[in-house]
Amino acid sequence: MSSLARNARVVKALGMRSIRQTFRRPQLIAPIIVFPTLLLAIQTGGAGGAVELPGFPPVQSFLQFMLAGAMMQSLMLAGNSGGIALAVDIEMGFTDRLFSAPIPRFAIVLGRLAGTAALGLFAALWFLAIGLIFGAEIESGVPGALLAIALVTAAAMAVGGIGAAIALRTGSASVVQGLFPLVLVVLFISSAFFPQELMIEPAKTIAQYNPLSFIAEGVREPMISGIDAADTLYAVLAILGIVVFGLILSARALRHRLRVG
Amino acid sequence: MEATVAIPAWRTNLATIAALMARAKNELIRVPGAAIPGVLAPTIFFLGLNGVFGALTQLNGFATGTYESFIVPISMLQGAGFTGAAAGVNLARDIEQGWLDRLLVSPAPRWVLLLGTVLAASARALIPASFVLAIAFALGADWPGLDGLLIAYLMVAAMAAVAACWGSFLALRFKSQSAAPLMQAGMMALILTTTAYAPLALLQGWLQDIARVNPVTDVVEAARQGFVGSVAWSQTWPGLLALAGLLALLGALALREMRRTGR
Repeated sequence: MSSLARNARVVKALGMRSIRQTFRRPQLIAPIIVFPTLLLAIQTGGAGGAVELPGFPPVQSFLQFMLAGAMMQSLMLAGNSGGIALAVDIEMGFTDRLFSAPIPRFAIVLGRLAGTAALGLFAALWFLAIGLIFGAEIESGVPGALLAIALVTAAAMAVGGIGAAIALRTGSASVVQGLFPLVLVVLFISSAFFPQELMIEPAKTIAQYNPLSFIAEGVREPMISGIDAADTLYAVLAILGIVVFGLILSARALRHRLRVG
Repeated sequence: MEATVAIPAWRTNLATIAALMARAKNELIRVPGAAIPGVLAPTIFFLGLNGVFGALTQLNGFATGTYESFIVPISMLQGAGFTGAAAGVNLARDIEQGWLDRLLVSPAPRWVLLLGTVLAASARALIPASFVLAIAFALGADWPGLDGLLIAYLMVAAMAAVAACWGSFLALRFKSQSAAPLMQAGMMALILTTTAYAPLALLQGWLQDIARVNPVTDVVEAARQGFVGSVAWSQTWPGLLALAGLLALLGALALREMRRTGR
């Protein structure tokens, strides 16, 4: 068996383990699916009148607009949960056993990220299904839905890289869990939940430069109007930026972990 | 030989409740980090919702021009919900670690053990509420008047007691911290399926229907009245009644589980 195939098997096995772990523990799946679904329902019902505000982009319904926000929230929390699970593995000594196994180190992190990406994929499918069931239309049809799914999956993996880096650096599940509020802060100061032009300062200005705004717009545009090359490109660039940032952090954290044991 | 004087039961019960409350206070002082999520979460929601949905006040039907004033009672009640749910999580931890078993073999009545937990949560909920309120005032929320403020705090303390009863019921039922998401999600759903984001007339059909029958809507309106207008008894008593009903229902459920535990 070639080393590439062997590594792929390791990544697949670790990825499957990470998915099973998430679905077996209600405290891990709840933040990823239950809370964003609950918030989607409440925000859609509570702030639905916002579509009548002057300057609100033309949409079929507020639910159609909010789907991207729910997906963003879910993928961010999937990244955070992946980091928590990796930190638990470190605390329990499971990662040490993997480090001593004849597998490349990057496969250990990649396996966890594959699991996070799968959760992102699940979240994208979940919210698309919710949207379709409750009457939201995907304006650009199947290609648009596929694009949104791909962006959400890739973004989950990218954000998971940062979660993994923090887990590797600190080795503490409670520290990674403590970042949960920060995830919400970063999300609130993006255009994930509301058009940036209608937000209140200083959130409005920060949202203009927040990479999550670019991803949210990239996911949202195919749903509310159509595939826009520029929006898609910005979303991909934002994801790539987060990937590079996460890779640098992870590599440094991994070196640190191997040094301190 | 000296004759022993029997201590009245009510005094020992009060002492037990005070001891349980002191234990919760000690936890707060010794592990201050444990209180941070309970304070941070409602604060983040307040700042986030205000920044994101602040423009909603431009819609016809809002009684106030500042969304800070409209949303701050929700964040205070959310803090109460989180704090009460945390009391449930702590009780589940006590069950897992065997601490509750030791309490159960003590001569303290079961209702006293429950009341200690619930009152501690009520007192603790005033911390996140005060923190969010201070931030709201700094951002320009309207002064609710002394009567409005007192009513808001009363609603917060009682809502925390409701949440603590709910959390304790689940903790005693499932005997595991894994029930934590259910404790938090239950309270979140109860508080947010009200007029949390917008007045009743501006809610979407399905949420309007739920908000009409959700007793916490009356609690929200009672806590909010001073911030968006003047205080009136007609806005206050439905909130008090709703809280009394919720406390009676969830308190009875929690007490039933407490009595069943270990038997």
